[in-house]
Amino acid sequence: MKQSKLSYKAGQFLMFAGPAAILFCAVVILPFIYGLYLTFTSWDGVSKSKPFVGLDNYKTALTDGAYWASLGRTFVYSVIAVVLVNVVAFLLAYAVTSGIKGQNLFRAGFFIPNLIGGIVLGYVWKFVFNRAFVAIGEAMSGKEPPSLLSTPGGALFCLILVSVWQYAGYMMLIYVAGFMSVDQSLKEAAMIDGCNSTKAMWHVIIPLMRSSFVQCIFLSTTRCFMVYDLNLSLTNGEPYSQSVLAAMHVYNQAFVYKNYGAGQAEALVLFIICAIIGMLQVYVGKKGEVAA
Amino acid sequence: MGAGQKSTQSKVVHAIVMVVMILALLVFIAPFILVIINVFKTKGDINSDPLALIGKHGFTIENFPRAMDKMNFWTVFGNSAIITISATVLTVLVSAMAAYVIVRNPHWKVGALFFAAMVASMVIPFQVLMVPLVSLYGGILDVLNSRITLILMHVGFSVSLASFMFHGAIKTNVPVELEEAAGIDGCTTWRTFWTIVFPLLKPTIATITIIDAMAFWNDYLLPSLVLGRRQLYTIPIATRVFYGTYSTDIGLVMAALLLAMLPILILYLFLQRYIVAGVTSGAVKG
Repeated sequence: MKQSKLSYKAGQFLMFAGPAAILFCAVVILPFIYGLYLTFTSWDGVSKSKPFVGLDNYKTALTDGAYWASLGRTFVYSVIAVVLVNVVAFLLAYAVTSGIKGQNLFRAGFFIPNLIGGIVLGYVWKFVFNRAFVAIGEAMSGKEPPSLLSTPGGALFCLILVSVWQYAGYMMLIYVAGFMSVDQSLKEAAMIDGCNSTKAMWHVIIPLMRSSFVQCIFLSTTRCFMVYDLNLSLTNGEPYSQSVLAAMHVYNQAFVYKNYGAGQAEALVLFIICAIIGMLQVYVGKKGEVAA
Repeated sequence: MGAGQKSTQSKVVHAIVMVVMILALLVFIAPFILVIINVFKTKGDINSDPLALIGKHGFTIENFPRAMDKMNFWTVFGNSAIITISATVLTVLVSAMAAYVIVRNPHWKVGALFFAAMVASMVIPFQVLMVPLVSLYGGILDVLNSRITLILMHVGFSVSLASFMFHGAIKTNVPVELEEAAGIDGCTTWRTFWTIVFPLLKPTIATITIIDAMAFWNDYLLPSLVLGRRQLYTIPIATRVFYGTYSTDIGLVMAALLLAMLPILILYLFLQRYIVAGVTSGAVKG
């Protein structure tokens, strides 16, 4: 009896969850574990043998100056981009929920950049920076200025600008949902109690939208931290590898320089950072629930 | 009370907000407008003045057929469409099934463990998995360069978020009583799921379809690692390869970029309401 119940359970589980479980294990669990093993080998990507090298790859990762420089750059880029994305998104969301005409049209319009992949967007903006901005500069100053993409600081600035442009419309939608979930009567009550609308915003509406803020900030942080497509098409790391962000460095280390073990060890550092961000999000989210 | 004065004041504020928003929207879509005005110019006209509405040599549509031919447009469009549609449909079916058996059998340890693993896996960045993925499926099993492999990989990467969302939807929106009644009437679990539970999940199905279809359509990194042959390229890969080859022929580049954006922009024109709603509810739940 017990035997048959167990086989019934196994049958049901395999029938319903089997396909998902097999695919999930095949592309996430198995590669994750195998990846840990690869960090202890010096595989070159071609040969059948994967010589065991102990902790050498971790030593390489720790002493790889270019890697830590790319991480630092990614950090600067992410912090600035996340702040700007959320400020712009919040202002847009406020404006499109303020009762102006054509709200839906505005929402749909600001979201457009998110429909298109980073590769295509990067090339579109490359044209904007290299041709349109240069032409505007020429018209204003009389001589042709260098493209923003040709200086290290300029390239990073361009990456930030495009990211803000792209993600602001997406985060706007989450903030709009936040605004809509706040009961208007609470704002009215605050106004009757003597708040002006700025005060009502700071003390009533923004605290009630806490979960939207947590969500947008973490979502934009992970998106920015792992950015690759845009980096590849817009700057390709140039000039002089000064705009290589962490994800691109890991890719190049493995697939361009064929240091698969070291690349994998460096990728694991990214995983640890992402895991910390993820746990922080759960912690901050939970804490808010208790307080609210 | 000065109500008249107040309403004039708020009208002025509204008008200012409106003007600012229209300007902001124009800035937002300016890059696309720039591509559209330049796509109808000759290479020389773009180089001499990228900002002019119409070039000196007039209006031309010559860039389109050449770009379509050189980027093999219909083939890559077909590849993108087949891969996106199959992977999206499979993700929805497979995830809904998995979520169902997990929700309805909360005491099964295997299910709980599998679900916990899926939720935890959502923090793993793709960069950690790409090297072992290529090593396992390229070096050892040699199954790369196939659309089917890419489709199954797409599904494998998206089942965790999709199952998570279906899990929530089944838990809150599908009454167990309904299924019990079906069970008494002699329905098997399999039939109950497809005839009763699955149709009730429509809103979640729509959300997941929109999020995943957009993600699969625009994905570059995974397809670029799996598909190495020209005939298998998807739109993002073809765009990148095209740009690498013809970056100096700027008229062609403009046409290729517009072609790459056009399918999803046309779809957005018709499904805009659903896409905005789907993305919002996906982001808020996910």
